[in-house]
Amino acid sequence: MAKHHITATVNGDPVEFLCETEDTLLDCLRDQLGLTGTKEGCATGDCGACSVTVDGRLVCSCLMLGVEAQGKPIATIEGMANGEELHPLQRKFLEHAALQCGVCTPGFLIAAKALLERSPDPTEIEVRYWLAGNLCRCTGYDKIVRAVLDAAAEMRGA
Amino acid sequence: MQEKAKEKPASGFKWVGTRAPRPDGVDKVTGRARFGADFAMQGQLVGKVLRSPHPHARIRSIDVSAAARLPGVKAIVTRDDFKDQPSEFIPAGEMMINYRDVVRNLMAREKALYEGHPVAAVAATTAAIAKQALKLIKVDYEVLPHVIDVVEAMQPGAPILHEDMITAGVEPAPNTPSNVAKRVYVGQGDVAAGFKQADVIVEREFTTKPVHQGYIEPHACVASVSEDGQAELWGTTQGQWIVRAHCARVLGWDISKIRVTSSEIGGGFGGKTVVYLEPIALALARKARRPVKMTMTREEVFRASGPTSGAHMRVKIGARKDGRIVAAEAELRYQAGAFAGSPVQPGAMCAFAPYDLANVSVTGWDVVTNRPKVAAYRAPGAPISEFAVESVIDELATRLGLDPIELRLKNAAKEGTRAAYGPKFGPVGLVETLEAAKAHAHWKTPLGRNQGRGVASGFWFNIGGETSVSMSLNEDGTLSLTAGTPDIGGSRAALVMMAAEELGVDLDKIRIQIGDTGQLGYNFLTGGSRATFSSGMATVEAAREVKKEACRRAAKLWELPEDAVEYTGGAVRPAGPNAGGHAPMTLEDIAGIAGKTGGPIAGYARINAHGAAPSFATHIADVEVDPETGRVTVLRYTAIQDAGRAIHPAYVEGQYQGGVAQGIGWALNEEYIYGDDGRLQNPGFLDYRVPVASDLPMIDTVIVEVPNPRHPYGVRGVGETPIVPPMAAIANAVEQATGIRFTDLPMSPPRVLAALDEARAAERAKI
Repeated sequence: MAKHHITATVNGDPVEFLCETEDTLLDCLRDQLGLTGTKEGCATGDCGACSVTVDGRLVCSCLMLGVEAQGKPIATIEGMANGEELHPLQRKFLEHAALQCGVCTPGFLIAAKALLERSPDPTEIEVRYWLAGNLCRCTGYDKIVRAVLDAAAEMRGA
Repeated sequence: MQEKAKEKPASGFKWVGTRAPRPDGVDKVTGRARFGADFAMQGQLVGKVLRSPHPHARIRSIDVSAAARLPGVKAIVTRDDFKDQPSEFIPAGEMMINYRDVVRNLMAREKALYEGHPVAAVAATTAAIAKQALKLIKVDYEVLPHVIDVVEAMQPGAPILHEDMITAGVEPAPNTPSNVAKRVYVGQGDVAAGFKQADVIVEREFTTKPVHQGYIEPHACVASVSEDGQAELWGTTQGQWIVRAHCARVLGWDISKIRVTSSEIGGGFGGKTVVYLEPIALALARKARRPVKMTMTREEVFRASGPTSGAHMRVKIGARKDGRIVAAEAELRYQAGAFAGSPVQPGAMCAFAPYDLANVSVTGWDVVTNRPKVAAYRAPGAPISEFAVESVIDELATRLGLDPIELRLKNAAKEGTRAAYGPKFGPVGLVETLEAAKAHAHWKTPLGRNQGRGVASGFWFNIGGETSVSMSLNEDGTLSLTAGTPDIGGSRAALVMMAAEELGVDLDKIRIQIGDTGQLGYNFLTGGSRATFSSGMATVEAAREVKKEACRRAAKLWELPEDAVEYTGGAVRPAGPNAGGHAPMTLEDIAGIAGKTGGPIAGYARINAHGAAPSFATHIADVEVDPETGRVTVLRYTAIQDAGRAIHPAYVEGQYQGGVAQGIGWALNEEYIYGDDGRLQNPGFLDYRVPVASDLPMIDTVIVEVPNPRHPYGVRGVGETPIVPPMAAIANAVEQATGIRFTDLPMSPPRVLAALDEARAAERAKI
């Protein structure tokens, strides 16, 4: 069967790619578009390393088909910084040493950004439950949670 | 609290002790950093592995002819593509390696020994074709009875995995094969005499389950082999030189033919110290004459890469009324998985290491079962045996009516203590961690209903080993630093800080990279908590060579004897009677004259790093046990550990916190679950549940610093010890909360609820 021709928007740029029906959005981002910042940790939606937003909604890109991205705006880690300026979450992750190996970090940043867009002043518990879909095996989450709370405070101008 | 982003440096330093930015940080928050699966080569094929569906089966034949005919299939390898290797155990860091087993674990030969054992591999133009080809490979199996449990595997009549396995370390040698690969013994003094002096003796049996390292990044690599046998391998590993050595050995190639580049590594914890895909990818690439990329699925990671051992243990400790321990004995049975080589030896050595004991006897058994071969996991072997010992110590304290910290203080190992496994300790910080625990606000905070508090200590050796580092002075006075230990948790930051400290330059003047195997001499892997210790030591040596050479060049220019010049405050200056005779020269100035004073300036350190020093920890855990569901919630946690000196405190805290989180998972949730069919039932993160953010509290840390006198900056190595105390700290807390001593891990809700129900039924029966 012929491949599907998909057009979408990734980080504000128009993109097009060809994919098989069974290819996930994650496969398409990484293998067709070369956007390898989005990671595969499990391919079953359990680890959150492949987190992106589609139409502003946080999804595991391993659980969505590439063909479902037709016409949709997608945001990945590669689009998070504004030119030379890191997003406050990216900066706070570095300041708080909220990463060790860093493979889960893109997913955490995307998920945390989606949280702060909905809830600019989250409690620690909210942060912990929102990020419960993202696995980190290195940090014990302590510094990640602190970084998110600190970034939220800065973004609120607190 | 870890709120402060910047801290003052340690006394006498400019950088050491600060929370400096990490060199690889921006790449890792922007998605730019390239991990194992992020690399691709032009024209690459996709490699996939066919795995045994049976836990134990003889392989009568493998027919790949139909698969080979499938269009798009470019190469197939089976056992026939890997030469057999002689059986000999070679030390490899904290573990032993036997290439006869390595080659069999890579690709099953006579038998498949666990579900998931590789049987064949295919390289094809697309993943879909590779998968289709795997289905066309016909393997004729003779299914054999299997054994999963360690105690059952030791029984007479158990299915035998290796017909030639005669237990080593037993006199006289048994004359029949068994699943017991080896007996190990660690001891000193007279245990029987010791127990006679005891007023109180506690003896308990314990079990732990195999748990996986759980790194988020699955194994991945890309291999390319040219027509003249020059091989390139790019992938995720804790040691590119180790990968090169293993691949060269099992493929029969010269080491010089293989260049291995380590990608950024998405967690390892010991699990990326061995080879799984790499020799297969190289073999496929050689056959296909095209690059081959291989990645494991998460399911493959669980089924076929190394968890650590599950174990069955008996621990007996006797003490006098005053709390002095007079005898300690343990018997440890560790599952090795399908091939010999569990970490029972380090488990035996570590078991009683926190204590100053005259009479110790530890016997360990290394036992094969039809499970994936274990791999190192953070302080391999120690968390298992120390869980059992620290649980018994806690019970002993209760029976003696002593505070558990006081009991530990009365028996704590200190400088001069001879450990049962041999060495006499230099300066060590166990007493300091215990005193810090006693003084911590956490220890005194009141507890509520269904809540309990536990404390436990832990020990790990730490290692040094072979290390090479190079440092070049660039034309503009900046520096390029190349280290060979893959950076998993921020070690590049620590190395740059030590280099900047040594040279008196700013951090941003030094750019660090992790070199490939063609760029440096041999480096042992990142493991044994050795990266910051060993590569730090080598970095300092390389920097000192640069300083010395800078002095030599200035002396030449100034026409002074070399010893009349010194490097201080980031510049070369005339010393002694000549002081002030010439304006100081910075590294930028020296770089400017390098060409005409002798050529490029570089430092190259190649060392066997000696003087690694153990790190002790004491942890405090508060838990609440839900009487309705049996769920144990960790309410508060404090990890106190001797770092020697924390070069970058934030990443030291991170090691403590990460080890605690893994330990909490080990204590409460994680386990390999097998069905009667010998197949793993939970090979995914949904059912093998590692702790998530909502499972954990903040994890408080206290960095104790008893500097290691044998390291230029006092470093001990901190990565492994933090996973040692949590299981016992939590079990001890659960005991206080419920009155029930849990001796079997994990303390998962069904198990805790069953124990609570049993206790309640017994209570009712009394009334």
